[in-house]
Amino acid sequence: MRIEARNLKYTYSPDMPGSATALDGVSFCVDGAGIVGIIGHTGSGKSTLLQHLNGLIAPTSGDIFIDGECITGGKRNLTDIRRKIGLVFQYPEYQLFEESVAADVAFGPKNLGVKSDEIEDRVRRAIEVVGLDYEDVKDKSPFELSGGMKRRAAIAGVIAMEPEVLMLDEPTAGLDPAAHRDILAMIKRMQREMEMIILFVSHNMADIAELSDRVIVMSEGKIAMDGTPREVFAERERLTEMGLSLPLAGKLGLEISERLKDFATEALSIDELAGDIERYIKG
Amino acid sequence: MIRDITLGQYYPGNSVIHRLDARTKIIATLLYIVVLFMVKNFWGFLIAAAFMFAIIEFSRVPVRFIFRGLTAVFLIIAFTFVINLFMVDGRVLWEWKFLSITYEGVSRAFFMAVRLVLLIIGSSLMTLTTKPIELTDGLEKLLKPFSKIGLPSHEIALMMTIALRFIPTLMEETDKIIKAQQARGADFESGNLLYRAKALIPILIPLFINSFRIAQDLALAMEARCYHGGSGRTRMNEIKFHRGDVIAALLMAVFTGIIVLSRSL
Amino acid sequence: MAFISVRDLTLEFTKYDEEGRAESSNKALDTISLDIEKGSFTAVVGMNGSGKSTLAKCLNGLLLPTEGSVNVDGMDTSDDSHIWDIRSKVGMVFQNPDNQIVSSIVEDDVAFGPENLGIEPAEICRRVDDALRKVGMYEKKDKPAHMLSGGQKQRIAIAGAVAMRPDCIIFDEPTAMLDPSGRGKVMEIIKELNAEGITCILITHFMEEAAESDRIIALKDGRIASDSSPIDLFSDARLIEELGLELPPAIELRERLGMDKCVSNIEDMADEIRGRAQQGRNSFSE
Repeated sequence: MRIEARNLKYTYSPDMPGSATALDGVSFCVDGAGIVGIIGHTGSGKSTLLQHLNGLIAPTSGDIFIDGECITGGKRNLTDIRRKIGLVFQYPEYQLFEESVAADVAFGPKNLGVKSDEIEDRVRRAIEVVGLDYEDVKDKSPFELSGGMKRRAAIAGVIAMEPEVLMLDEPTAGLDPAAHRDILAMIKRMQREMEMIILFVSHNMADIAELSDRVIVMSEGKIAMDGTPREVFAERERLTEMGLSLPLAGKLGLEISERLKDFATEALSIDELAGDIERYIKG
Repeated sequence: MIRDITLGQYYPGNSVIHRLDARTKIIATLLYIVVLFMVKNFWGFLIAAAFMFAIIEFSRVPVRFIFRGLTAVFLIIAFTFVINLFMVDGRVLWEWKFLSITYEGVSRAFFMAVRLVLLIIGSSLMTLTTKPIELTDGLEKLLKPFSKIGLPSHEIALMMTIALRFIPTLMEETDKIIKAQQARGADFESGNLLYRAKALIPILIPLFINSFRIAQDLALAMEARCYHGGSGRTRMNEIKFHRGDVIAALLMAVFTGIIVLSRSL
Repeated sequence: MAFISVRDLTLEFTKYDEEGRAESSNKALDTISLDIEKGSFTAVVGMNGSGKSTLAKCLNGLLLPTEGSVNVDGMDTSDDSHIWDIRSKVGMVFQNPDNQIVSSIVEDDVAFGPENLGIEPAEICRRVDDALRKVGMYEKKDKPAHMLSGGQKQRIAIAGAVAMRPDCIIFDEPTAMLDPSGRGKVMEIIKELNAEGITCILITHFMEEAAESDRIIALKDGRIASDSSPIDLFSDARLIEELGLELPPAIELRERLGMDKCVSNIEDMADEIRGRAQQGRNSFSE
């Protein structure tokens, strides 16, 4: 699986006085399974980019290729795009609508024209992948579930479409610490088991550092940085200029190293930081 | 696009028009609409349009901003134009099978379209130059005399305040839900009427549920901020009539008079 | 008597069947007693469904106790005649910034509370301007609220509470839906308001925010599971685990390095690390 964006530009209401450029020459390529984290200040174009990749917005100019096939040209088959690329919106639980969890999860595959005997299999698998008990929740109303479970049921609705690429827009926003950890673990597990490409947008730098193999930084509609978490978070000043910060553990490491002359660390998690400090103590 | 709708939006400013009492503007707008339907001929429209553009000039609201509001209702105007164009009997100018365009049809269609455009410009100018809260306060005061016969004037005004406030929020919400369901493969553009109506369910149900959630949240927030009905409430900016309102009333009277006279031209 | 005093507060939600008979009931809050002193800064934490928001809504009479009592400045919330006094003394800011703004224009929304209190127009103007300056939104006073960012909307909501000149403000997960810069700004404002003497009660999922308070009340299944200083709560790693919470990063690091809980800031931690490294080298050279 390979997604490529070439010089994407997108302008809201181009002829109007209130026009705004949301994407301004975005090019990148993701080739092969892995988790790509996308960060950027609010309004930097992250969500607009995800919606382009899913064919929900057509770019003002530029092209998107999926496995070499252009999806932005005149006659694009949207169903085909959505079979390959799934998008989970922010607060996806607000889009649940069916009477039962199983029916809601089946909505996507049904729209794709999946045969009914296969749908049930897919629904069962998707509900289990997100870590819910199929027998327990399938007949329940989605509105009876707790906040974290609702979120997972909503994600299952996209998983059941069995996309090769899964995009998640702030999947942990507004959850309590326990539900937050569950969702992170779920993303990691899904990536491992299904060997898919996962693109996820988050404001939580610790999550980005923990999950991502690669981090793309957006700023004012452009890709400002693109590299491994360590490469990206090493450029502290540039991140600050863009209104972004390090993961809290990274900040902590920095503050400690400012106070200890000969101690340096690139730690992005508490685990790494504690290890670095222990090594320093041992000399 | 949602951002393009200007009806109900406010354009901050401090022009003579902005400073008029909301009640003056509401009544003047209603009167202007009535007058528009009294116009009979080209000269009348010329005067009505000139009057409107003079007011726009005084309001200092950019003309392009006002016309942006028109694009949203362009379809309605075009539809009215076409209907009038073909449906009026009279001297035939052009004929094709059962379709015919008459001289009277052309003039009626043209007048109706101009009338609608001026009507929409006039009412958007009112909302553009009046803060929503002043507009609803004005409405509340105008309706006050009717509260004696049981009309809940305060509640109507509050409903309008909240509606104006939440229109953009609900539009964004709808946009988000549509996109999210499209991402799940929902198709709203093909199929017959019944199929399309059914396709709306995945949008309408979340929209209803979310609206109820918003209403519940808002009710709680209002209670927490001590809202307990209209009695004992004060206003930050009590609306008052000034000299400008008297002048505006006189101008409106003169304008109405001229239009009436123009009918006999 | 404390500013807010809660005694044996129990709140039951009863589910009714179709014929209107009580079917099941569920205790959202279970015999809670606590005092909130004037000028204090208290954080309330706990998992979703632990009763945090329900407790908050009991403190200004939005919900009334099934059993027990809540007193605000000597007034019982169950006493109808005082309810507006209580709500004007205890303001509230909610989670969703969009759903608590009543008027389209910023300053009109901030004026909503004082208008309900029947305050003189000139005084309302003064309060609105003051409140907007306090949250740094004075420049946006005549702008439409829906054009602002989430963080800015939340600051308008705080100004709306501040303009009522309350003694206490309850913040019910005010940062849950904001981006990091919006969250930082809101926390700054809360700390400033507290420094000016306003009693603050902050409900939050973010432990680094809770750590800024003087006292953390942790709820579990509608009961108080812990009520202590942040230092004490966060040094009990087992309790944190049990409550479904997590440690703020600085404290997690301290725990990992096995340092004493009196190591409360970066300065101390750096000293401790330096000391240990020194010690290691000394024993090595011996």
